[in-house]
Amino acid sequence: MALSNEQIERYSRHIILKEVGAKGQKKLLNAKVLIIGAGGLGAPAAMYLAAAGVGTIGIVDADEVDLSNLQRQIIHTTQDVGKAKVQSAKETMNALNPDVTVHTYREFVDSSNIMELIEPYDFIIDGTDNFPAKFLINDACVLAKKPFSHAGIIRFQGQLMTYVPGKGPCYRCVFENPPPKDSVPTCKQAGVIGAMGGVIGSLQAMEAVKYIIGKGELLTGSLLTYDALTMTFRKIKLPQHVANCAVCGDHPTILKPIDYEQAECDGLGLTD
Amino acid sequence: MTLIIAGEKKEYAEGTTVAQLIAAENISDPQSVTVSVNEAFLRPAQYDGYVVRDGDEIEFLYFMGGGC
Repeated sequence: MALSNEQIERYSRHIILKEVGAKGQKKLLNAKVLIIGAGGLGAPAAMYLAAAGVGTIGIVDADEVDLSNLQRQIIHTTQDVGKAKVQSAKETMNALNPDVTVHTYREFVDSSNIMELIEPYDFIIDGTDNFPAKFLINDACVLAKKPFSHAGIIRFQGQLMTYVPGKGPCYRCVFENPPPKDSVPTCKQAGVIGAMGGVIGSLQAMEAVKYIIGKGELLTGSLLTYDALTMTFRKIKLPQHVANCAVCGDHPTILKPIDYEQAECDGLGLTD
Repeated sequence: MTLIIAGEKKEYAEGTTVAQLIAAENISDPQSVTVSVNEAFLRPAQYDGYVVRDGDEIEFLYFMGGGC
């Protein structure tokens, strides 16, 4: 498939990069990325991936746009309040770039749907806001051998890491099990600075793009942390392999996705 | 002895355990972190008995669940 004249112009700043070129741009156009959560992390990730010309983007979220989302979830606008987040996100992505086919899934992820949701996609972005979903996505991606980007944000802090099958630890290697309920506050309880989603969600998009074009070093085997108050990024090295990990270790005990009890974040909000 | 905690050098007494370190570093809820020493994870059951040594590199990896 050759790039059209319009595509050559649209993606010219990509194509001129030696790491991307026409070849890399075609890889992006042929790639399929699933974004779980159309919130603080998912919004910027979805917008940059759409603008980049990732050909197929899936977006999963059961919620509707709320006025309190707009301080950070820049894919939605004031007139979208009350609209399904996946619909609002799709409209913004289509307006940004008609090259992109957007699939919407207006549902929460759980053990009954996660394997089917991720199956058609090349890379998964975890933009959820709670631990049951984060562990579910990790386990499902390990079991299905899918690469994914984990991220978390709260207050003025953020973190992310990338899992690629066979290359470094998974999320459960680092954080064995979800923390006890209410021991770690949610964004609703503790707050989050709006631009934090922009920083960390954009980094998730960056990891997806690098994975697709096959260039650079991914955050496999390391956790990147960001403290906005001290303006400190740290790349913390992790063990390459955790033999006793319950899902990716030498003798796994988790053989299918499991549902943990939902932490009470934002009432029903699984992916707010 | 000198420990490297989150990338910064800090002085601690010989014989300090990871449990004592968690308290001294003001980590209010030990369940909200994973501890790594020299790029190997410790689990909570090891905190009381694990004595850190001069030059050890310690990281506290915080649970961060928000995406919101």
